[in-house]
Amino acid sequence: MTTNAIKASAVGSTILPAVFALILGLGVVTVTGHAQASGLHDAAHDVRHATGFPCH
Amino acid sequence: MTLLTMCATQLVSPATKTMFSRILTSALFAGAAAGLIAALLQLYFVQPVLLHAELYEGGDLVHFGADPVTAHPELPGMFAEPVRDGLSIIFTMLTYTGYALALVALMSIAEQQGREINGRTGLLWGLAGFVAFHFAPGLSLAPEVPGVAAADVGVRQVWWTATVATAGVAMWLIAFGGNLVSYLIAAALLIAPHVVGAPEPDTFAGPVPTEIGALFAARAFGIGMAAWVLLGSFAGYFWQAEGKRANAAA
Repeated sequence: MTTNAIKASAVGSTILPAVFALILGLGVVTVTGHAQASGLHDAAHDVRHATGFPCH
Repeated sequence: MTLLTMCATQLVSPATKTMFSRILTSALFAGAAAGLIAALLQLYFVQPVLLHAELYEGGDLVHFGADPVTAHPELPGMFAEPVRDGLSIIFTMLTYTGYALALVALMSIAEQQGREINGRTGLLWGLAGFVAFHFAPGLSLAPEVPGVAAADVGVRQVWWTATVATAGVAMWLIAFGGNLVSYLIAAALLIAPHVVGAPEPDTFAGPVPTEIGALFAARAFGIGMAAWVLLGSFAGYFWQAEGKRANAAA
């Protein structure tokens, strides 16, 4: 493995998981806070109000 | 080696796996713990205000233009509606776990750049998260009780998301920018969404007394700040503890 490849691999091992976790986390917040599907909205209703999300 | 094989090799490399499980484990512990505390605080301090507002939203109480109304109607107690309150606990824990995943991901990047991450510095991370996710959007779209007049929910969600994104970048620049230009960009990013303006309703038609609306917004901010500061501290603590554990195992 060349020096560049080793460097790229080291960066990948730290950045890729971080990017994936960031997207996953924001995805979870979008589902609990913003998704307007009726069942989801009703279940998360009080939380959305109390946490300052736009609700309805 | 093709690009695809290189990506695949990187994805499954032991270092990547270790890093990902460290992020995931710390975020799950921190998010679940802070989320549970947030949920209990919300049920005790915010939920009664919300239930009070719903009496006006549903027409059980009428305030404006009518005779004076008692400020202390009988409200259901904590856990009087177990399914509703149970769902609130689950969804608060999920929401804070989502916040935690994003927070720990950014912590891992900051640590790679030589920043110290622990329970104490985590307090500041939590405060920054509160500003980005609660305070910045709430400054123009105040946490609302049920029954207040508001613009279309889709439009508000777009403004909310844009404001959280710009405030998040601004908080990173303030923390790690380290020069005047980045502070100025951060200030512009923080102010811009409020100069553009949040979506507002055309008319006021909400039946809820202002006293209830104001108390609700204040309580939502207060609990949000407490929960975020705890989340940041927990995330920093678990991030450090998981790192030590991984190093010991290696």
